[in-house]
Amino acid sequence: MTPDFDLMVIGAGPAGCQSGLAASRHGLSVLLVDEAADAGGQVDRAPASGLLMKLAEHGENGHELRRRVINSAITLRCGCRVWSVSDGFRVDVAGPSGHEAFSAPRLSAASGAYERVVPFPGWTLPGVIGLAAATTLIKSQGMLPGRRIVLAGCGPLLLLVASKVLAVGGEIAAIADLASPADWLITLPRALRRPPLAIRGVGWAVGIGRSRVPIYFRHGVRTATGRDRIESVEIGPLDRSGAPAAGNTISIEVDALAVGHGLVPGAEIPQLLGAEMIFDRLHGGWIPQVDKFGRTSRPGLYAVGDGAGIRGAEPALLAGELAGLAAARDAGRISAATYDYETKKPLRRRRFYAPFADAMAGMMALRPEQAAGIPAETVVCRCEDVTRESIENAAAAGALDVNQMKHFTRCGMGPCQGRMCGDVAAELFAQSRKVQRDTVGYWTARPPLRPVTLSDLVGSFEYDDIPIPRPPPL
Amino acid sequence: MTRTHDLVVVGAGVHGSTVALLAARGGLKVALIERDQICRGASGVNAGTLTMQMTRVALIPYAMRAHAMWASARQWLGHDVGVVVCDGLSLAFTEQEEELLTHRAGKRREAGAPIEIVSGQHAVEIEPGLSRQVRTAGWCKVDGYANAYQTGLAFRRALVEAGVVLYEQTAALGIEIVHRGYHVITSKDPIQGRRLVIAGGVWIEPMLAWLGVHLPIKVLVNQLSVTERIAPVMRTQVGVASGLLSLKQYPHGTVVIGGGWQGKGDRVSGHGEIVPDSVVGNVRLACHAIPNLISARLTRSWTGFEAETADALPAVGAIPGFTDAYVCGSVHSGYTSGPYIAKLLADRLLGREPELPLFPIERLLATEDSR
Repeated sequence: MTPDFDLMVIGAGPAGCQSGLAASRHGLSVLLVDEAADAGGQVDRAPASGLLMKLAEHGENGHELRRRVINSAITLRCGCRVWSVSDGFRVDVAGPSGHEAFSAPRLSAASGAYERVVPFPGWTLPGVIGLAAATTLIKSQGMLPGRRIVLAGCGPLLLLVASKVLAVGGEIAAIADLASPADWLITLPRALRRPPLAIRGVGWAVGIGRSRVPIYFRHGVRTATGRDRIESVEIGPLDRSGAPAAGNTISIEVDALAVGHGLVPGAEIPQLLGAEMIFDRLHGGWIPQVDKFGRTSRPGLYAVGDGAGIRGAEPALLAGELAGLAAARDAGRISAATYDYETKKPLRRRRFYAPFADAMAGMMALRPEQAAGIPAETVVCRCEDVTRESIENAAAAGALDVNQMKHFTRCGMGPCQGRMCGDVAAELFAQSRKVQRDTVGYWTARPPLRPVTLSDLVGSFEYDDIPIPRPPPL
Repeated sequence: MTRTHDLVVVGAGVHGSTVALLAARGGLKVALIERDQICRGASGVNAGTLTMQMTRVALIPYAMRAHAMWASARQWLGHDVGVVVCDGLSLAFTEQEEELLTHRAGKRREAGAPIEIVSGQHAVEIEPGLSRQVRTAGWCKVDGYANAYQTGLAFRRALVEAGVVLYEQTAALGIEIVHRGYHVITSKDPIQGRRLVIAGGVWIEPMLAWLGVHLPIKVLVNQLSVTERIAPVMRTQVGVASGLLSLKQYPHGTVVIGGGWQGKGDRVSGHGEIVPDSVVGNVRLACHAIPNLISARLTRSWTGFEAETADALPAVGAIPGFTDAYVCGSVHSGYTSGPYIAKLLADRLLGREPELPLFPIERLLATEDSR
């Protein structure tokens, strides 16, 4: 069977778009698939159609990226949910035109990241959402998560969400930041390597300062309470490691809480295809082992962007460019000399950005003490209502890795497929077994990559269309 | 050097775990070796179906007794495996399938399975979630399902309580014959026992080859899928005349779709992979049987290895030419019949006469000529 494309790219964020563009520029036929309605990913998420929104400064980057993809020879399929990736490579999608399959000898996984929330009592109440979820709501729908909001957690997303909420006229009751002012200051020299970002960051900070929003450094959420939805947030001091510390707590009346503790790489595709994985706490957790061009241990499989380690949007663009070039090189479309020449600049720029990217990743990485501070009766897996205590009981009952723990508890068996709880649950499980985090492993990746409605999978069919195999012997 | 056990069991699926458990309760000092963890292979990832309507005719007397064991797992195992006993229906949508169903149900009934043939209308009264396109159904009240993923926890607890020495995450790599027993070479320390039971599922073939015994075992790569939790759409265990569907909704709301549609994989790598077209076919058949399934979301598909001998009947009995060495496995729909068949072998080990005959393997051994 002739492959449909030279390269398939899953995920049309900065990394995916750029890997497609670089490969396409060198004559590879490229399929770019994304489940969202438009290219851009989370960083450059497009406003939902019909919404007239003033493009923010960063939105323009997304607009430009989309324009470049549309003007290229790339076949772009949006609104398509990839549910299976198999050997060969074959990609199965469920989308507006039913179930379709595509093939190519090369595959670039650019499926981004998802949010980590370190659980606290009340985190499953309506009105509590993730920081990244809040940016999606604002960027895509022009909607605020509430009228009076507390923002909490760690990392640059806190600043980003604060500036966006203020820009659309929302009220921030308080910001609780795990970091101290000193933690932010030590990133400054590194930030100065990226003047546009540094200026933007300082701009956010100045804007937040001018708004007189109370900022509580080295603070985190203790509990969220409310009857049917969140009504109040209690925040309290943390120590350097992110664990709750002694001191006064503060109760704040709110109707929304946006809270996030960094990002976890969405590395299911390399996992599913059996690529070598490594545990890299700084860059978010389990990531595929890649060479500097994004080649995984599986020939023809590339991994780029936050799904291959949390580094942010600009390094993602560079990683995409490099993997696109590597695909062109591996397909024999460019000479070694062209490859060396064209990869030189992106490699150099990525090295230059690395210290800042790592500083930001460091502010978002999960600290073991954060997990250690979760109360025993707190739900960790929200799909299946599995508490911290149940996870510890599984360790006591003899479970050796996270997949056995899953069988013992149902932790991670719900419709989020273990994305929301996986990182923290594994951390808690490793701590209760008193072993290194990487020895307890990671969830075995299985299709569907995202939950898919059976109607989208089966399409319209007649009974006679079902290729029922021959019955086994009687 | 470790001490010598009375019995070493290689492979901790339902078969190996049950033999080990009952032998230990019968007074033997037992070691159980498992390269992964207790019941995490086929025994932990199968569809949990406990039906007579997919069982080989020759196995019906065993499966009936095994069903009773599953239904009383809390008593004899001491721990819950989430067993639900319910009606089972096997559906025919076409005339041809009606013939197949009637023929197969008749044979199984003769063997002791209380299967009744009912009209499509009657089947809908038994299972209101059923498609109105059912022409005829086999109805059996000895049916139901277990929660396969809970098997490991339940057996592990029972094994620990019975004093079985567990060697998990310990791969058996070879077997040596020593004075008065066997020496299992593993990825960790060697383990020695006076008696040996090989219960390695699809790996029985390479394990027996260590002893120079050649028993060909075919590997079936069965696919399964599960939906998210949904409101009740069915109350019975549903299959089809050909046996290529198993469908049930668990008390917590998920629906497991199985039936033995084939994925890809091999026992050398131990890796199985779904075939997308097979998932689509299997899910279409499920939605054809229970139409309200269509709006559920699929959350996971996976594979499990099933072992099959040349005549598709079990390999359970003494290993010819070796004293005190046995094999136990390759039981079709082995999850259903497994505990009872393993109990028969445990009885043999404990010097009791098994209630029903074992399945001696001489008939399956490749001769020098055929190799």
